[in-house]
Amino acid sequence: MMTSTEQHDRAAPMIELRGITKSFGSVQANKNIHLKVSKGSIHGIVGENGAGKSTLMSILYGFYKSDSGEIYINGELTNITDSHKAIEAGIGMVHQHFKLVENFTVLENVILGTENNFLITPALNNARVLLSKLASAYSLEVNPDALIEDLSVGHQQRVEILKALYRQADILILDEPTGVLTPAEANHLFDILKNLSNEGKTIILITHKLREIMAVTDTVSVMRRGEMTTTLQTSETNPQELAELMVGRSVLLRVEKEATEVGAKSLEVENLTVTDKRGVTTLKSISFHVRKGEILGIAGVAGNGQTELLEALGGITPAAGRMKINGEEIPLNGVGSDARSKRENGVSHVPEDRQKLGLILDFFAWENIAFGYHHKDEFNMNRFLMHNQKIRKIARSEMVKFDIRPPSPGTLAKNFSGGNQQKIVLARELEQNPKVLIVGQPTRGVDIGAIEFIHQKIIDLRNMGAAILLVSVELDEIFSLSDRVAVLFDGKIIGERITEKTNESELGLLMAGIEDDSETDSLVTRKATE
Amino acid sequence: MKSLPKGVDLVLIPLINLLLAFMISGLVVVYIGENPFRAMQIIIHGSLGSAYGLGYTLYYATNFIFTGLAVAVAFHARMFNIGGEGQAMVGALGTALVCLYIEWPHWIIAFPVAILAAALFGATWSAIPAYLQAKRGSHIVITTIMFNFIAYSLMVYLLVHILKPKGQMAPESAKFVAGSNLPTAHEIFGWFGMVFPKSPPLNITFLLAMLACFLIWLFIWRTRMGYAIRAFGWSETAAVYAGISPFRIIMVSMLVSGGLAGLMSINTVMGEAERLLIDSVQGAGFVGIAAALMGRSHPLGVFLAAVLFGVLYQGGAELEFEMPAVSREMIVVIQALVILFTGALENLVRVPIGKLFLKLNTKQN
Repeated sequence: MMTSTEQHDRAAPMIELRGITKSFGSVQANKNIHLKVSKGSIHGIVGENGAGKSTLMSILYGFYKSDSGEIYINGELTNITDSHKAIEAGIGMVHQHFKLVENFTVLENVILGTENNFLITPALNNARVLLSKLASAYSLEVNPDALIEDLSVGHQQRVEILKALYRQADILILDEPTGVLTPAEANHLFDILKNLSNEGKTIILITHKLREIMAVTDTVSVMRRGEMTTTLQTSETNPQELAELMVGRSVLLRVEKEATEVGAKSLEVENLTVTDKRGVTTLKSISFHVRKGEILGIAGVAGNGQTELLEALGGITPAAGRMKINGEEIPLNGVGSDARSKRENGVSHVPEDRQKLGLILDFFAWENIAFGYHHKDEFNMNRFLMHNQKIRKIARSEMVKFDIRPPSPGTLAKNFSGGNQQKIVLARELEQNPKVLIVGQPTRGVDIGAIEFIHQKIIDLRNMGAAILLVSVELDEIFSLSDRVAVLFDGKIIGERITEKTNESELGLLMAGIEDDSETDSLVTRKATE
Repeated sequence: MKSLPKGVDLVLIPLINLLLAFMISGLVVVYIGENPFRAMQIIIHGSLGSAYGLGYTLYYATNFIFTGLAVAVAFHARMFNIGGEGQAMVGALGTALVCLYIEWPHWIIAFPVAILAAALFGATWSAIPAYLQAKRGSHIVITTIMFNFIAYSLMVYLLVHILKPKGQMAPESAKFVAGSNLPTAHEIFGWFGMVFPKSPPLNITFLLAMLACFLIWLFIWRTRMGYAIRAFGWSETAAVYAGISPFRIIMVSMLVSGGLAGLMSINTVMGEAERLLIDSVQGAGFVGIAAALMGRSHPLGVFLAAVLFGVLYQGGAELEFEMPAVSREMIVVIQALVILFTGALENLVRVPIGKLFLKLNTKQN
């Protein structure tokens, strides 16, 4: 790798950005950004949410026009005004959320927009030949006639990469590509990326997972508050340094957590089964319990029943089975199973999706502080009227306590940053002193500084004796918070571990669906995969 | 993206919309060969320049306040109730039944009973589409507009076959009992020794409309139910997360909405005609949609927009009289242009103004 880098250093860089500046209204998303990426290298861009990574890539791909600055592709000044120009310049992008037509075949998706003819058959035939060449060259095998909806997420991503290669991309931009992948699929993706770079393709990888940066990139740039603060050789840095550069100060990647005395079973769930509207069973008779002062982590790749679990326990969707709080049964369907009854029984719920569920974005912060608890006496003046002034006061003190910026209750929820929005939800739910807290993806899209704070608050609640069910797709988060871990795969709990007595690779196998019927079995499978 | 300053949102944008509507209307008047500024002057003077004109203007405004509030309340729950017309018609039936068959000793007793009946009948008419929406997902826009036709046919049937006194030609009910006649502005001003012309149909219902504005404001922004309605309107998924029942919100918001539309009939049926006519709603159900849109679903905004449409109705009638070249149809065109610009094309101005403000803000920073 080093030799090829050295070779290309003498030539013009594949991508060069000079003085890129872009602002949206009063927000400067990119400030005077300079970047050089040499041909055939894998370049990582890391930064907190809102640091300007996506904006920069959108400028490179022609979604946005920069206010000033120049883009050179392979030494030539290139004016990228839209994504067609980007494709012409040899830039391909793999979006975080795939842009595929679900009920089209792989081939149909690959040629989409490049049919160049009234009939699509010539393009399809052409693509079929090219695809098989690409597949063997980069180990990107995928059945060209399969429907997208029948493919696994990992294969769908391959289709996205193939789409870009079919359009003769020399530069590939991947935006958070591993968010939806199992560890094994992610490793396979990295192999593909290395293959591509060996063949001379230039790759830009946007991620917030430092482990991936270390594993696959040659060089890495750190963005902070719209500025590109540093560019480093990956081999000369480490995750701790990168994390500090991202935040601008040193951070604790793991929260200090002392052992607590666990008490009686506070939350008991038996044979929980959820069948969705299409008749698909998404949760298959799962049972577990959480004790007082304990955090049970639910790990797993997104889409294996986590959302359904949270929504069933939170009273959003009806489910079959039994749920007990401190020994008292509360219904999971029918009368008394709605979210309000759950709250009245001491169950607080921090939802996965704060914008769709947890907040009314067009409400003021203070209105959101009472959201879901608006029937409680403390928020009301009498039987009919709410006590708006008192809610404002409560909101102000909670916002100070949770370090929500700005601490002004009269700001609309949508005008807060992601991390502060999450803190509003957290402040509301934790201030109810719940017996049971169910929390989903508490730090998704939240910057590192706020992650630390949110983790500490969750630990504090555990130390006060609450039972906490933590659902997260971030293994790091599961490891730093939970006392026990259960892994969800395909709607079932496929295994359970004490956090201290397990490791990422063991959980990774479980997340990939490799069951452990007994200790010996799991050892065998582990050996086999190694 | 930051939201617009409140003043811009609530005052500047409606004003620009209005100005645009007047400019195009002015072009229409020029095309006919009349002076648009004189036309404007006639409209303003004819509607606001005298107690007589004002009496008519506020009478029309009363109708639009009720139907505007009706649409506004439903809007807060993201329900587009375009059935105000039909709900008001059925409400009128309720009012008429109260005033036809009971010998009221005094209007002060008849008034609250008629209010209840009008609201109840109007709410009943909105309850069916609301139930179908809440339980079956039948789209409220489709069902409420269909219910307008049903209401109209029902009215024709009732007036032609049942309510029409024998031997009468016109399809209208008998005159209401004298004890149900509401005091007009002329009488109310008389109580305080003041003079107000006799002919304008403005009556005590206008005060009821103002009270309704205040109560609806209280309901939407101060009560738990109003809070839940607004939350549901912004995000149904979040409302369910918070334990708010969609069924309840849809039913309550639509019942209140239908009730308000029904109340409009108090003004026209009990306050003015004193009998049930076939067209006792006079299109106010539809103007209410424009009033609610222009008033940003806020009671104060609805009130102001309703007065504006009152001005257009009354001023338009004067214009027709003073400028014979401007025909009745032209007046309707002008009214329609205002509705188009302030209601339907609201975003036409909102988006560029929003961008402009963003730019100004950046420059300041």
